[in-house]
Amino acid sequence: MSETPMPLWEVFIRSHSGLPHKHCGSVHAADASMALQAARDVYTRRGESISIWVVPSNLITASDPADKDQLFEPTGSKPYRHPTFYAVPDEVGHM
Amino acid sequence: MSAALFSYVLGLADDTLVLGHRLSEWSGLGPTLEEDIALSNLALDLIGQARLCYSYAGEIEGQGRDEDALAYLRDEHAYLNLLLVEQPNGDFAATMVRHLLFAAFQAPYLEAVSVCAEPRLAEIAAKAAKEMAYHVRHAAEWVIRLADGTEESHARTRIALEELWMYTGEMFAMDAPVRALVAQGLAADREKIKPAWDASIDRILAQATLQRPQDRWMPLGGRQGRHTEHLGHLLAEMQVLHRAHPGAKW
Repeated sequence: MSETPMPLWEVFIRSHSGLPHKHCGSVHAADASMALQAARDVYTRRGESISIWVVPSNLITASDPADKDQLFEPTGSKPYRHPTFYAVPDEVGHM
Repeated sequence: MSAALFSYVLGLADDTLVLGHRLSEWSGLGPTLEEDIALSNLALDLIGQARLCYSYAGEIEGQGRDEDALAYLRDEHAYLNLLLVEQPNGDFAATMVRHLLFAAFQAPYLEAVSVCAEPRLAEIAAKAAKEMAYHVRHAAEWVIRLADGTEESHARTRIALEELWMYTGEMFAMDAPVRALVAQGLAADREKIKPAWDASIDRILAQATLQRPQDRWMPLGGRQGRHTEHLGHLLAEMQVLHRAHPGAKW
């Protein structure tokens, strides 16, 4: 009996309006609706979420860890790019 | 105490406890990891609804029986659940067909109960109705994919539908005490759900490329404690631990 493996989907959930969706794991599912349901059942059992995104894993382009130095190191020594001298007032909430 | 209201609420509780227990039998045996968790979630929803109804039923009866006493210490002739929910799980297709047939009734029915004049019941139903909407969706999506799937999955789904169909009539049946409750606005009318149920089922079966089975003889009796041979075995397994250690707490 041959079995076509089901595609893998990456799951992102948002816990509050205004916050970004965060990656929380992956599910196997045959198609997008089933992936959404699987994500709801597997990753939102404890009230973690008000919104779910599922993306086929093979559509994600990821940076190569070997390129870490060339992509990310230059920014480490440029404090003038960081907005650390401005305090966001509490009333603004999640930005 | 209103005997009629007690039996009515007990019936609602028994429906969801028995079906919840059936789904819990899939735990660890689901077709995929995701579906195993999903089936457990569905089971927990139903058992949660059962607990609320049992607690309320115990209060109505006023003889000091709590949810455990009602769930674990009654024998099969005292159980008032539908015959549909005690049917064995069978294969995954049969489980999803059984779930669809029940959930497609329960979701609109609970919406109706949530606006009845019985405040405790309405409150329980309002919460449960939201959960049932997902149950319908989950079961429907599976039935569609299984039936409109391979030759084997289609055959299994079709056979399950034909075998379970005869248990669907009982969902809409009401005896005289329940009709009296409905007349007083303390319960919702089961017959009134038929058009909505027919519409949902017809729509889903059409998408699933399944033929709607003929309505033939529909057995009754669950609400009077007359059950198929399956309930006894189910209760034996479900109740054995509690009965072996009565009053245990942990």
